[in-house]
Amino acid sequence: MSFPPEIRRMPSRFRNPLGKYKIHRGSACLHCGLCADVCPRGVHRRLGKKMLLPKDEWCIGPSCQENEYYCISRCPQGALRMAVNPNLQALTDYRWPADLLLSTWQQAETGKIPYADLEYRVGHSGGGFDRLRLRLPERRTNFFYQEGEISTAIPLNRRGDERPQVGVGVPFYGGGMSFGSVSINTMLARAKASKAWDTFTCTGEGGYPEPLQRYDDHMITQVATGLFGVREETIQRVRVVEFKYAQGAKPGLGGHLLGDKVTPAVARMREAVAGSALFSPFPFHSVYSVEDHKKHVDWIKEVNPHCLVSVKVSTPTDVDMVAVGSYYAGAHVIHLDGSYGGTGAAPDIAKKNIAMPIEYAIPKVHRFLLEEGIRDQMTFIASGGIRTAYDIAKAIALGADGVVVGTADLVALECIRCRNCESGRGCPRGIATTDPEISNLLDVEWGAQRIINLYASWRDQLVTILQLLGMKSIRELVGRTDCLVHLDYHRGELESDDIKPLLTGGNDDPHRAWHPEQDDAMRLAANR
Amino acid sequence: MPKKYHLNPKPVPPRRVPPGPFGIIEGDGCLNCANCVKKFCVYSVYRKRGYDQQQMFDTADSLCKNCFRCVQGCYGRILSKSRNPEFWTMGDDYWTPEIIATNQTQAETGKIPVSGGGYGGPFAGPGFDSMWTDMSEIVRPTRDGIHGREYISTTVELGRILQTMIHPAGPGAAQLSPILSEMTFPPRVEASIPLIFDLLPFRAFNSAVRLALAKAAFEANTLMIIRVEDLTDEFLPFATHLVPFLPGGTLEGSIPAIRRARMVQVSFSESVMETVREVKKINPGAVVCLRLPLTPRTEEEVESLARAGAEVLHILADEKGREQNATSPRFIKDLIRQIHLRLVRESLRDGLSLIFGGGIALAEHVAKAILCGADAVSIERPLLFALECRLCKPCADGITCPVEVENIDPEWGRQRVVNMMAAWHGQLLEVLGAMGLRDVRRLRGEAGRAIFLEEIEKETFGSIFGQPVQEGKPQEESIHVLSS
Repeated sequence: MSFPPEIRRMPSRFRNPLGKYKIHRGSACLHCGLCADVCPRGVHRRLGKKMLLPKDEWCIGPSCQENEYYCISRCPQGALRMAVNPNLQALTDYRWPADLLLSTWQQAETGKIPYADLEYRVGHSGGGFDRLRLRLPERRTNFFYQEGEISTAIPLNRRGDERPQVGVGVPFYGGGMSFGSVSINTMLARAKASKAWDTFTCTGEGGYPEPLQRYDDHMITQVATGLFGVREETIQRVRVVEFKYAQGAKPGLGGHLLGDKVTPAVARMREAVAGSALFSPFPFHSVYSVEDHKKHVDWIKEVNPHCLVSVKVSTPTDVDMVAVGSYYAGAHVIHLDGSYGGTGAAPDIAKKNIAMPIEYAIPKVHRFLLEEGIRDQMTFIASGGIRTAYDIAKAIALGADGVVVGTADLVALECIRCRNCESGRGCPRGIATTDPEISNLLDVEWGAQRIINLYASWRDQLVTILQLLGMKSIRELVGRTDCLVHLDYHRGELESDDIKPLLTGGNDDPHRAWHPEQDDAMRLAANR
Repeated sequence: MPKKYHLNPKPVPPRRVPPGPFGIIEGDGCLNCANCVKKFCVYSVYRKRGYDQQQMFDTADSLCKNCFRCVQGCYGRILSKSRNPEFWTMGDDYWTPEIIATNQTQAETGKIPVSGGGYGGPFAGPGFDSMWTDMSEIVRPTRDGIHGREYISTTVELGRILQTMIHPAGPGAAQLSPILSEMTFPPRVEASIPLIFDLLPFRAFNSAVRLALAKAAFEANTLMIIRVEDLTDEFLPFATHLVPFLPGGTLEGSIPAIRRARMVQVSFSESVMETVREVKKINPGAVVCLRLPLTPRTEEEVESLARAGAEVLHILADEKGREQNATSPRFIKDLIRQIHLRLVRESLRDGLSLIFGGGIALAEHVAKAILCGADAVSIERPLLFALECRLCKPCADGITCPVEVENIDPEWGRQRVVNMMAAWHGQLLEVLGAMGLRDVRRLRGEAGRAIFLEEIEKETFGSIFGQPVQEGKPQEESIHVLSS
């Protein structure tokens, strides 16, 4: 497989994909087909003498009015109407507003930045990443570095010990999702995409299912408090082993898999009883000090002399001390999972209230590691609410080396964030389920390609950001808080020109693909 | 070590179908393919479909889990989802529909709300939403308190603690306040959960409602404040857990109630300590709790009451947790912190207990108020939610309640409230467990184990980006979640 992997168009699995706008064709329609002839997006299609239902997920909405092919005004009968899709009212939250879901689905389908007027960079949470902006200079036509010269790779082993130099091709990898919390097809799709992008995905705490062995070099296996499915041979199989002390969505509370999802296959993998709920305790009952923690790390290093050790912790007030403790315990990677991270099941009170958001933890820990003089020897990974390429760039500019993503992978697989992952047979969309029938809704090839496409779009955006900043490598962006503005702080600067284009966010965005070739390809695909 | 505290929740279905947040809309042109019924719905919502004639309510809406399978699979593209106005118009800006609904669900199931996916709400917000609680990572004292391997106590004792022991005949005894000199150990009242039931708002609810709450307070081993005139004979079995609220003026008519009670409540006034003395004369074993509004003068008043020997103060913000009688009211959490710290500075804090009320809407508010310095909190509206109140408020004007809150079987109401208490208790354990604490009393005023928005913003972003545009507060931005 070549790097970067090939983008292939992967449309929605469902009969009626959701779009931002809805086109209504009234009874006055004569089926003349003019709209199908003019629309370059393939929204309108005619089969024989009949118009088909509009593919309104490709409609770009009112911003189309300026175009001579605007179907609403071109229709000789005035039979067409356009409105914001009413479904979106039921499909939105502050962190993942409908725009972000739709734009992520489009990126997963096309591998490109969405072309409609969809916001694909920030949500509406009103703080953190959603109030931070990258301070990019005016767009240039000639960049100092060409696309091919730019590196998005980061090393994971910076300790200078005798262990292998493992790295990732993109500054992100997949977070832990266990067999049990998600289906084997979901795990395989993620693993396949990780391999294609020369990065990793993580087994979570629930064993290492056989089919994943093909992807051993791109898997991280987790040792968490319940030790479910942890065996010497699973630890020996991988290049990176992750200790999960805590998870951002339920910091300090351990893990929870509800009984309904413990199918016989899941129970076998975890050496548990089918149908009964499984709890991972908190904390590790063998770890009550940094010395114990070091013993733990040494144990893994002994079992697998070639692996790197990552330590995943949450974000308490003393998160900086925990990070330093992990360094002295011998970890290669410190992975902080912020309080707004995802989960298969967690108490609502914990998700909302316990521990600090990752946006605060990153600068705090980065600064502390610098002061301790060990920043260069640790790989610092952040997670918990990373949704877009812009979130990745912002997290790195705040001080992380790279990030871990979870929910975004699932959104690429058409997760709709209905948050019923924990109940009954699990995910009705075949992602976070163990029900054999529902699991089959998700095809591994389709899923892998969707994630590959999303990553491709993200990498393109990161490359352009680096080009605009005149940087050759993503590593140059680490801790460059001067590349950021915060909307609550720099009101004066907001008026200045250098960041204006990014704030308006319209179709003049530097990354937005408006190539006629692409449109044609899409139109053909839509008319297939 | 107190006896292990355990509530017995039991599912109690609501009397009427609660409105769901979203509704399914079906357009014209159904092909009768029945795919939505047979194939798509993994929750069998369509199969369970029924229509409630009385409420004009389609059960497909209340059972729907918002997965969009039917919408996206419909052959005729006629299904869509939309917001259900009946849900979204409940409550107000503080008592949001989500708050009402989650408390009702907790009263129904007795379980703590659990869901998948990350938190979808705002980054932070006003009031209690501008702080986070801590957790401890590797070094911690408890071993898994949540799953019962180690007991976490939520018991609080309300009353006065003597700061020093003085021999009645020894030096300094003469300076003792008259109240203290009469007894060796001041009385204290124990509540197994730091959560007491306050007087209900809006109207004088009937005795069925009060009886349901009294039974629940008894079962949950906590306290319920009740007007003396409402204390009829049917409340006698629960008298130990009832706090009679005494009217102003003479105590003549309240003497039997005072004699029975472990705690009584009187309204704050300039001469309140006189009343306290009178109550103590009737029943020296009763703790006297003073009820006072949270105003700009409260901090001063609390200090002087503490010096005068007050035992328990019940301090009430308005229904949205705001300071009363203030031009720009501050929020209760900030004032709790301020009052607590003042008493700590003056070495008076441990002498008395502080109960705060007003705006306590969710279990997380209990933990946060205690973190800021309260000993316990009081609730009113959530008790009504347990009895299916939707906060439409016409009852305050004497109009009939549309959900007939008063027309309940007290047993049904008791179990609903106990369920809600069990869920809140469970959530309090989650917060304590995550912090590695084994006793809720250790949580009080432990502000170092909280993360306050203003402070963490200043520490991290402040040092990067300089001064915020609006000092302290993040800028308001209208949330345009597709309102166009």
